[in-house]
Amino acid sequence: MSPLFISDAELDRLRRSAAEPDLAGSRYELRGQLGRGGMATVYRAWDAVLDREVALKVLDLPEADPALAARLLREARVLAQLEHPGIVPVHDAGELPDGRAYCAMKRVEGSRLDDAARELTRTERLRLFLRICDAVAFAHSRGILHRDLKPENVMVGSFGEVLVLDWGLARIVADLPAPVPGNARDELEERNERELTRHGAVLGTPAYMPPEQSSGVVSAVDQRSDVFALGGILQFLLTDAPPSAGAEVRIDGSKALAAACSKARALSPDERYPSARELAGDIERFLDGRPLTAYRESLFERGARLFERYQTATLLVLAYLFVRTLLLLFARQ
Amino acid sequence: MAHSPTAIDPVPRPQGFPLTRISLLGALEEADPARSRNAWDELLRAYWQPIRRYICRRWHESPEAAEDLTQSFLARAIERQTFAAFDPRQARFRTFLRLCLDRDLANVREAAARQKRGGGETHLTLDAPAIASHPVLRTAIDDDPEELFHREWLRAIFETAMERLRASASLSGREVRFALFERYELGRSSTGGPGERPTYDELALEFAIPRTQVTNHLAWARQELRRLVLEELRRHTASPAEFRDEARRALGVEVT
Repeated sequence: MSPLFISDAELDRLRRSAAEPDLAGSRYELRGQLGRGGMATVYRAWDAVLDREVALKVLDLPEADPALAARLLREARVLAQLEHPGIVPVHDAGELPDGRAYCAMKRVEGSRLDDAARELTRTERLRLFLRICDAVAFAHSRGILHRDLKPENVMVGSFGEVLVLDWGLARIVADLPAPVPGNARDELEERNERELTRHGAVLGTPAYMPPEQSSGVVSAVDQRSDVFALGGILQFLLTDAPPSAGAEVRIDGSKALAAACSKARALSPDERYPSARELAGDIERFLDGRPLTAYRESLFERGARLFERYQTATLLVLAYLFVRTLLLLFARQ
Repeated sequence: MAHSPTAIDPVPRPQGFPLTRISLLGALEEADPARSRNAWDELLRAYWQPIRRYICRRWHESPEAAEDLTQSFLARAIERQTFAAFDPRQARFRTFLRLCLDRDLANVREAAARQKRGGGETHLTLDAPAIASHPVLRTAIDDDPEELFHREWLRAIFETAMERLRASASLSGREVRFALFERYELGRSSTGGPGERPTYDELALEFAIPRTQVTNHLAWARQELRRLVLEELRRHTASPAEFRDEARRALGVEVT
């Protein structure tokens, strides 16, 4: 038998193949790779039972720490509690024949928010932002914090639908229905926090992470921590640049929106919007041409805003007054 | 010294104990000739091909000249106990070896240039044909010596793992699984020639087995290959941290 020689292309193919999950005997067929996270890879797979494409999130190796498998299963359970059009639905979870934990989710066609935003106007971006706030507010109403909100974790579908992804760092702060009841939930949460810390996993993304989260005080993290991250997303949508900690927010042409970003990203949770809904409320007010709770406008700004809001009516009145004046002048002559 | 320079062969695989890179380097200088020989065999098995191919691609040597240069480099390394200077706290062994190799080849070329100008020493021929004669095409990584040597090292790891997979399949009467895997992943026919990557249905037809069995055979081969590659990586890294790092780079996976 001649010694084996592997070309560059073959080497790359073997590297991919050796890392691929074993789907033999399962209902899924591998169709390609969608992306990679810290500990898992998301594949494009075909569900042969339901004849549809799914996104299959699979842990990297069965040899990896079993705590990671528990974490993936937990993410699936969290998602299962969140049936909302703005949150990616989970279809199935379990263990593949090779021992790797997996979670099958809806395959989202579209692009990440940071890519999708490039094509959009400011108003369109703000409307997308409202849908993100809506999904996050729903999760909060179910007692779940995302803790890793950022543009990369939001998908925008081809019809403008918004889906919040990657709930791997989510924290359950209120009682949930089975299968995680009462004390068992607390125990699970405590264990999960310990595991996350032990693995050195980044509990969020620095640019979008509030100080109480980066300092590791788990008990201090509440829905206002997600509000901080939402403020970062808002700032990104308005400036096309990731937010930087401590820097003054400057947004071209709108001090009111800058004030909304600053309030959402206040270092002290007490100075932030108390909820995602309240933040969304201010953005809705901006879109409607009404004053924001986060910004005290000057008389001139108020006039300009009112003019913009009632532009047609104001112009009609001005035109009417102008014509009346002209008529009066002609009548005197 | 256990060997004369001319006695070096790229031995396929020693039957001795598994060695980590650090214990192996220690064993190179062992008084016991059998243990020292084992260590050298292991080192050569791991690095002979990466060194030879690196010389081809980086130093633009023909395969034959690269073979000679590999041999002479390793012979000099044995004579001068070059690897005794390795400090795992400073760098990976692979990086250390590559730097030694580059320095050695630079010296060889300088000596050859001196000889052309009228020096008296006799050296290996260095009249190098173009890299085009080598089966591996020149790519962007050829400009990054560290990346290039890593890729050649990784190629050797995968070649060894594939050889071991072939041997273990043969021993356990699962030749068809390996043949199927090789056909699918490397696009090679049973005669070893290149070909297009077949579909599962085509494989089922070619090997006269049900489609589900194709899936199962490929899954088995992938799992075995992954296990063997990780085993090789573990053998050729000096610490658990380095192993994790290499596994991440090679397969994109996290291991503990």
